[in-house]
Amino acid sequence: MAREIMQAVVDGILIGGVYALMAVGLTLIFGVLDIINIAQGVLVILGAYLSYSLSVHLHIDLFVGLLITVPAMFVIGVVIHWAFIRRLRGTERTSMTLLVTYAVALIIEGILTKIYGVSPTSLNASYTVNSVKIFGFYVTYIYIYGFILAVALVLALYALLYRTTFGRSVRATMQDETAARLVGIDVNRVAALTFGIGVAVTAVGGMVYGATNGGFNPNSGYDLISRLLAIIILGGMGSIGGALVASVFMITLESVVTVWYPVWAVAVFYGALVLVLVIRPTGFFGRKAVRAQ
Amino acid sequence: MSRDRRTEGSGIKLEPALKGAGLALLVAAAIAFPQVYTNPAVTNYGVFALIYVTVASAWNIFSGNSGYISLGQAVFYGSGAYALGVAAHGWNITGPEAFLLVPFAGLVGAILAVPLGLIALRVRRHTFIVITIAFFFIFQLMAYNLSFTNGTSGLNAPFLNWPAASYNTPFYYIALGLAAGTIVIAWVIRRTRFGLQLRAIRDDEDRARGLGVKAMKVKLSAFVISGALTAMIGSVWVFYIGQVQPNTGFNPLFDLTIVLMAFLGGYGSIAGAVLGAVIIEPGTLWLNAQPQFSGGALAEILLGGIFLIVVLFMPRGIIPTGGEWITQIRTRGRPAVIPATTVGAAAAPADPASAASSVGSGSTGGTR
Repeated sequence: MAREIMQAVVDGILIGGVYALMAVGLTLIFGVLDIINIAQGVLVILGAYLSYSLSVHLHIDLFVGLLITVPAMFVIGVVIHWAFIRRLRGTERTSMTLLVTYAVALIIEGILTKIYGVSPTSLNASYTVNSVKIFGFYVTYIYIYGFILAVALVLALYALLYRTTFGRSVRATMQDETAARLVGIDVNRVAALTFGIGVAVTAVGGMVYGATNGGFNPNSGYDLISRLLAIIILGGMGSIGGALVASVFMITLESVVTVWYPVWAVAVFYGALVLVLVIRPTGFFGRKAVRAQ
Repeated sequence: MSRDRRTEGSGIKLEPALKGAGLALLVAAAIAFPQVYTNPAVTNYGVFALIYVTVASAWNIFSGNSGYISLGQAVFYGSGAYALGVAAHGWNITGPEAFLLVPFAGLVGAILAVPLGLIALRVRRHTFIVITIAFFFIFQLMAYNLSFTNGTSGLNAPFLNWPAASYNTPFYYIALGLAAGTIVIAWVIRRTRFGLQLRAIRDDEDRARGLGVKAMKVKLSAFVISGALTAMIGSVWVFYIGQVQPNTGFNPLFDLTIVLMAFLGGYGSIAGAVLGAVIIEPGTLWLNAQPQFSGGALAEILLGGIFLIVVLFMPRGIIPTGGEWITQIRTRGRPAVIPATTVGAAAAPADPASAASSVGSGSTGGTR
């Protein structure tokens, strides 16, 4: 039993790393633009389908394909921001953007269903099947590669945010948009680029998700976005460190519960969210300002 | 009549009469509908439209007034449906007597809404939306896995051996009754202190609290009323279509559709929710019946597209934006006293009535 639990913890941490990457994109978008991007889930699935098409039709390796899908998703993100998000103003803005991104998600889901159908697809390569034995645990290569890539990208994002001028503008905008504007930051440009980056990471998340999850279809976006939202709320919305901790914690928790009660694991996932919010309405690392809107 | 343009007084006298007449006409039309169009395929549209009028109006009582957008309304809809199914099986209720279980379903919805509300309403708006989504998934999961909900195959409602030709008509009138009841409740709430408190919370919760509004109590009451009404219509729905499954009773698209209806018609307006439901639900049904739209993918794209257009170009919905356009025509671009928020536009109980009155006064202005 102890062995199975350890195995579940290892799986949970590895998958949690990938969720962390997707969640960081979401929480970054919330922090800078003050919007909840409901389309994030279906964008992950879009990323997965892009990888699928590249690998099946053009025989490009999944990881090499990311060199194409990441920029593609970045452009899609910037376009979504330019076409829909940028135009919304006013007091109900956060609620409205939530609905707009939901509509965008519906449209993308419809298009994916039209092209790929609803039967489950998965991404295949030699490393999605073969596994390696580490400290007595069998781990499929993709879990390790995905985890390493996710950690590397989160570190890169961290460096971007804390070591560059652009990152300084982003953080300034997160703290106080008006003040950022006053000191000469082009807030609209920062917002567009942040949205693009937040969406671009879904290409990586989608590829790993598609290769590890045992099958996805255009509908999978709903399940994914619900988890990601639970994670970023638990971590405190807009907090990047919080998103990392919460992803690994939640996914590991779910993975461990699955050992005993496979069907109720998801309920425990959402139950944990409810429980934490009853005790701490701002999440683990929530800022007071985030709660006060 | 000639003073109509100059003074507010005659306008106020004229409008309630016209609005009342328009409303009476609408009610008469709604009652006469299944008598005029007896084809079950047509009355089916009517039943579904009324079900969604109720659902959207019930959503509006809580979310429209308080500003807390609930994306988990299917929790109550599905629970109401399952309550009827479980109770009918448990107590061996067959045939039309099962309609007596509709209030029971409402009670179940109300009882569920109390703990859910106590948890979800502790947090502010963005988080509230997400918690309602979380509740939704927990409930769908329970429907899949609990023993009395019968897993994926779901539950059957009591069988009715009514002739197919007139099967829809009783359902139509029951749904009409619930829809009318919900609209009346929404209207009464809007007119009372309770409604004012709710809207004060929507505008500025901290200030409302500072002025002595017991925010939690007010929000929870509205949440419970909304949940009970949604559960009641959910039980009617399951009786009508005959069975409920976890993915039909607890359907994520359902949640979005209601919000879309309310936003299309006019967020926070009673007539808006009704208008949105009457436009979208029959529209979706019709689209799904078309062979080229089968599978739902194209309908989905269309639904999302319409929604984007509405939010981007008439962000406050058809009724408020339409009201502004009408006012512009009436005043011919001159500044007029326009109600500051949606409240004024929302007070119009029915769209055709207000449209008719403004056309009337517009033409009066033209002849002078």
